Amino acid sequence: MRKKIGLTGDGAAAEAMRQIDPEVVAVYPITPQTEIVERFAEFVAEGLVQTELINVESEHSALSACCGSSMAGVRTMTCTSAQGLALMHEMLYIAAGNRLPIVMVNVNRTLSAPINIHNDQSDSLGSRDAGWIQLYCENPQEVYDTVIQAVRIAEDHQVMLPVMVCLDGFIVSHNMEPVELLDDGEVKEFIGEFKPRLNLLDTERPITAGNLTLPEYFFEHKYAQVYALEQSKEKIEEVGREFGDRFGRRYGLVEGYKLDDAEIAVITLGSMAGTARVAVDALRGEGIKAGLLKMRCYRPFPVQELAGALKNIRAAAVMEKAVSPGAPGPAVFSDIIAALYRQSVRINLISYVAGLGGRDVPVKSIHRVYEHLQKVAASGEPDRILNYLDLRGWE
Amino acid sequence: MAEMLEIRWHARGGQGAVLASRYLAASAIRENLYFQSFPQFGTERMGAPIVAYTRLSDAPIYLYCAIEEPDMVVVLDPTLLKVVKVTAGLKPGGAVVANYPGAPAELAQELGLKGEYRVYSVDAYKISTEEIGRPIPNTPMVGALARVMGRIKLENILAEFSEQFGHRFSSEVVTKNLNAVRRAYEEVQSL
Repeated sequence: MRKKIGLTGDGAAAEAMRQIDPEVVAVYPITPQTEIVERFAEFVAEGLVQTELINVESEHSALSACCGSSMAGVRTMTCTSAQGLALMHEMLYIAAGNRLPIVMVNVNRTLSAPINIHNDQSDSLGSRDAGWIQLYCENPQEVYDTVIQAVRIAEDHQVMLPVMVCLDGFIVSHNMEPVELLDDGEVKEFIGEFKPRLNLLDTERPITAGNLTLPEYFFEHKYAQVYALEQSKEKIEEVGREFGDRFGRRYGLVEGYKLDDAEIAVITLGSMAGTARVAVDALRGEGIKAGLLKMRCYRPFPVQELAGALKNIRAAAVMEKAVSPGAPGPAVFSDIIAALYRQSVRINLISYVAGLGGRDVPVKSIHRVYEHLQKVAASGEPDRILNYLDLRGWE
Repeated sequence: MAEMLEIRWHARGGQGAVLASRYLAASAIRENLYFQSFPQFGTERMGAPIVAYTRLSDAPIYLYCAIEEPDMVVVLDPTLLKVVKVTAGLKPGGAVVANYPGAPAELAQELGLKGEYRVYSVDAYKISTEEIGRPIPNTPMVGALARVMGRIKLENILAEFSEQFGHRFSSEVVTKNLNAVRRAYEEVQSL
């Protein structure tokens, strides 16, 4: 039976994992992901899932164990945060390169130093080139829905890639909201049975996996992986559409809010999209044509969809919770510039780095970004391209 | 509810304010209200001042930021009144609901208030000591707050407690807590 209950983002992820009931979960607890591990361990202890829960000594081992089990042909999940994801970095590439459909929940937290347990997106954005699909969630309901969809996307035989489901640490992970849960049977039916393409333990069809690939073939293998990631866009959309048709909540690659006739827009990902909606509503009330573009899917990058949604915008700001030290601009901003260039869309684009290390991003601060955009739209060119929201002493 | 109601909780680490704020929020499901409940993300230590937040609304809530100007503040420990400015940012005409052994007039005086806020007091330590056997103010304060808010019926507050904690606590403990919630609901006094 479907029911609506109060759940945090972490609780919603754990609940989805209970219903998915993967064969293997290998995890190491880390704030602010810990509540997922705690709750899931309870499900295991109470016999509510059949999962083999592997307590490992580090995140590197967690993802290594996941690679092993996924290669052995069973449905495999994990979750982490920040330093944990950083410690997994080597294995992220192994999982993607071996085309292992592992689903990982990453609770976005900043990377030390200075040590800080709070939210920003520098962990997953810093892992953007590891070859994983990356989906970002705005609230606990989206976390629940996206974890379920991620299993279908990852295990599709045309995809066969790991999926990272990202949610903002504390802001979403520890925020309790009403979440509508599907019936256990509905989830089982939606995700279906995992049918691995290759199975290391299938002695009838012996294979070798993770073997040495010399210069003669490495490039082709790598390109096949890159191609699969680019093609996975269609599957992500298809699964999001089917989820909507069946359960009433439809998902895509990007989501526009009051964007159709907008002159200025913020582009962002994760929980800031929610707060920005409130700013857009207030601005619309004043007659200002403000809009919002939420990026749900960051990898593969929705080049055409994003450029298409922005082509009539006069000025846009990319708000992201990470910096790329020494780079021409932060990660998401730079990707969007490249996407617009590729699609020959020329709009005034500025960058706002916000909320690093858990700094609050209130509505009034997002209003200042829109005020800046009004000036850029009026003058026709940006006065300053790289900006930092609510940072003391930088101007 | 025409507008969103924003509540800030002040307590000491270990008093169960986060649990209470979640419990109150979950009760709101029974009234078909939307809600958010989240702690202020600091370093939490037993006994140190902590803050938690609750939003309630009849429309979906999209805000993912702290509450800077609450409609109500709830204080779980009277010794915080001298340590933390609990009325900081409180909207004009907002409410202070405190676990406090004296009358609301004394509470208003201790806070230096001159009629700008609605003031409510309830002796949650006394109630919890008598009903539960320990001075744990979190569940009774949910009862007091429910009365002051008037948005969630007492029966829904009680039913949510039974459902959430029924499998974690013995029926005796559940009954004691329900009594404490009910008493605080009845005994909270306004200025």
